[in-house]
Amino acid sequence: MMRRILRSPAGLAGVVLVTALIVLAVVAPPIWGDRAARIDAAEILQGHSPGHPLGTDSVGRDIFARVLVATRPSLVLAFLATLIGVVVGVPLGALPAVLGGRAGRFLASTVNTLVAVPGLLLAMFTSVVLGLGARGAVIGIGVATAPVLARLTLTLTSSVVGSDYVAAARVLRVPRGRILTRHILPNVAEPLILNITMIMGSALLGLAGLSFLGLGTQPPSYDWGRMLSEGLGRAYVNPEVALGPAAAIMLAGIAFNLLGERLARLAARETAPAGRAASAVEEPAADPAPEGTGDILELDGLSVTFPGAGSAVRDVSLRVSSGEVVGVVGESGSGKSLTAQAIGGLVPYPGTVRTTRHRLDDRDLDTLDRAERRRLLGTTLAMVFQDPMASLNPALRVGTQLAEVPRVHAGLSRTAARRRAIDLLGRVRISDPARRARQRPHEFSGGMRQRATIAMGLMDSTRLLIADEPTTALDVTVQRQILDLIGEVSADNGAGVLFISHDVAVVSQICDRVVVMYAGRVVEELPVGDLTSGPAHPYTRALLASLPDMNTDRDRPLATIPGRPPGPGELPTGCAFAPRCAYATDTCHEERPSLENLPGGRRLACWHPRSGPVGAEHVHDEEDGR
Amino acid sequence: MNIVDLTVRYGSATAVDRVSLEIPPGTTVGLVGESGSGKSTLAKAIVGLVPIASGRIDGVDPRRRQIVFQDPYGSLNPRMTVGASVAEGLGLPRADRAAEVRRLLAQVNLDPALADRYPRELSGGQRQRVAIARAIGARPELLVADEITSALDVSVQGAVLNLIRELRAERRLSVLFISHNLAVVRYVADIVAVMRAGRLVEVGPTDQVVGAPRDEYTRALLAAVPNLGGRPAVTR
Repeated sequence: MMRRILRSPAGLAGVVLVTALIVLAVVAPPIWGDRAARIDAAEILQGHSPGHPLGTDSVGRDIFARVLVATRPSLVLAFLATLIGVVVGVPLGALPAVLGGRAGRFLASTVNTLVAVPGLLLAMFTSVVLGLGARGAVIGIGVATAPVLARLTLTLTSSVVGSDYVAAARVLRVPRGRILTRHILPNVAEPLILNITMIMGSALLGLAGLSFLGLGTQPPSYDWGRMLSEGLGRAYVNPEVALGPAAAIMLAGIAFNLLGERLARLAARETAPAGRAASAVEEPAADPAPEGTGDILELDGLSVTFPGAGSAVRDVSLRVSSGEVVGVVGESGSGKSLTAQAIGGLVPYPGTVRTTRHRLDDRDLDTLDRAERRRLLGTTLAMVFQDPMASLNPALRVGTQLAEVPRVHAGLSRTAARRRAIDLLGRVRISDPARRARQRPHEFSGGMRQRATIAMGLMDSTRLLIADEPTTALDVTVQRQILDLIGEVSADNGAGVLFISHDVAVVSQICDRVVVMYAGRVVEELPVGDLTSGPAHPYTRALLASLPDMNTDRDRPLATIPGRPPGPGELPTGCAFAPRCAYATDTCHEERPSLENLPGGRRLACWHPRSGPVGAEHVHDEEDGR
Repeated sequence: MNIVDLTVRYGSATAVDRVSLEIPPGTTVGLVGESGSGKSTLAKAIVGLVPIASGRIDGVDPRRRQIVFQDPYGSLNPRMTVGASVAEGLGLPRADRAAEVRRLLAQVNLDPALADRYPRELSGGQRQRVAIARAIGARPELLVADEITSALDVSVQGAVLNLIRELRAERRLSVLFISHNLAVVRYVADIVAVMRAGRLVEVGPTDQVVGAPRDEYTRALLAAVPNLGGRPAVTR
């Protein structure tokens, strides 16, 4: 953890500064204490000099020494104030989660109301009521901090309380107190501690502010705020006397914030799995996909690489021709979605995309400059994703969003674009399109939202529709309608469709050809009719056998694929499926089969292709296993 | 296990509307319906996670009802080892826990050595099996499985479905298997119940509901099931 904090300049600066401050708070009073307290009538109210780098105060004490010595009271008071905030605020925020019911709701709304009270005002009020001095200031800042921490704790715990694992613990009759200590607190501790670090910084600033106003530390005690307020009167004559304490306050505030922010960012990243470095091995390229007539998409040698994690997509080639629906199937991590994103130029940073051939509608994307590329993608390519809410702006009317595309890319006027939007909604079978166009996305059902996103991509110039799991979040009856719609769109517009799904059955409903991906590569491609008559790759066959359909024999266990797919960083030298394959031989483990073109528009990468319908082989496998 | 006239309300909305359903011992009842039909609310009401407005649930002690959730990534505490999670519902003295955890993990076809791992080190399918092990550790008579394979890859789904079938056979466990996927429900369930807008529209033996559906909505659901090769759904 520590090493990763130090890796960023901000984190390093935060750690160094906070450590320096703590060391200073410990050592400064014994070292410079005497000098800071020494009254020298001969050197009253002086400016910078070699003996007094920051000058002297009204009784001739050295300001530089006093700034150093004041580190301890400033930090200790800030720590105490934060402590009060934590002791009061955290239980206040955690209680609603434990209590639940009416008492919990009452407490939660109390916390929410308290947050509305301005913090500094509350702090000033409290410290005036409690009497001038450090005690009042600390309690004041503590009281002002408590609601903020309570609100933060409330937010953090309520997300954990709503989680399935807390629900599971409740069903298991785990006692309330134990749910709090084992399930809730450990899962909020980290973000809470990070925020407390930052709150410590603001408590320090708040205390300095109170002292500056004369409400905090009273003479003869002093902290940075007090010194700043004393020095400010002389700021025009000797600016350094005010700048010293000001710089100290600023530095300390920045130090705690830098450290807290870095800790928070690390904690956020903690959940992401660490990638492993992959060895860069030059491999034989796959055969280019067979040329079709009127190919809209021609893609060869596509690879997508993320630094430190290896290639998630390797040497993928695809063809989609006019009016054709091509399915891409694969499990999570197979690279199918990244392939779609790469075609649309949407691979997230820091991924890098390479292709040997990338042509869309007969134009080479690799030779176009950025503006031309955007224009070509914007006018000829449409993308539909699993979550339609992610593609629709919740604040805008659906009609406005649909009108934006023809306005930007086809240069239509506002009214023409609006008419076009209504026309499009009608074409995707949304009833009463004129009324619907005035509604916002949340007023649409899930299926209608998906229709609207399909409509958004439909223009006369649309040549390719990429649909990435477009029906996964929908009900079966709605799924059927959306599949039909995509089929119609392709037939009407003559557009090609690249349909990506984890579900072979769904793909087989709509596609002409199916491309099977495994561990970032295409392992088989076949006409959809051959899925039932007999795919050749053992992976495709296993995928089909493990999928229950309406004809699956209910008296037998389902076929399963042992093991799990390799991650991008753990690819074997041979065939990536070999470790899970029932037919693998030494060759399979040692040498990767290249993707080769076969007769009948098929492609295959396998040393030991199978044949015959999947069902028969399934039975055969079962018998072998006994 | 007998659900009688069960109603659940969220404010003024009725999520489950006078549902009556019998789950005989040792059988799996499949519950299908679209999102918003009240399937998951019914599941939560059965295990006591949402209050019941009226009606009753008889036959199984509330302590003997367990649930497995859809999302294998959200249903395990990320700060607890697999073993600690599974041990929580056992109600055994500390000394006996480790052995029982290992036995349960083995029963769901996991390597008992995984007990010391954290959920983030496991795949989705492995986590779902841990969640099942945790649930059966409480020795339930009724297991509610709420869309437990929806978030899993096809190749993993098969293993989890096989496990549910094995458990039913070995433990005479009653299972309420909730899914939007009719093909999956048909495969695991003895009885199928179809839910729509908070009500049950059809209940019957699986072969009968799938083979000769009486309700129009059931027929619509069946017609929409994607079948390999684009053929219309054929039933035995």
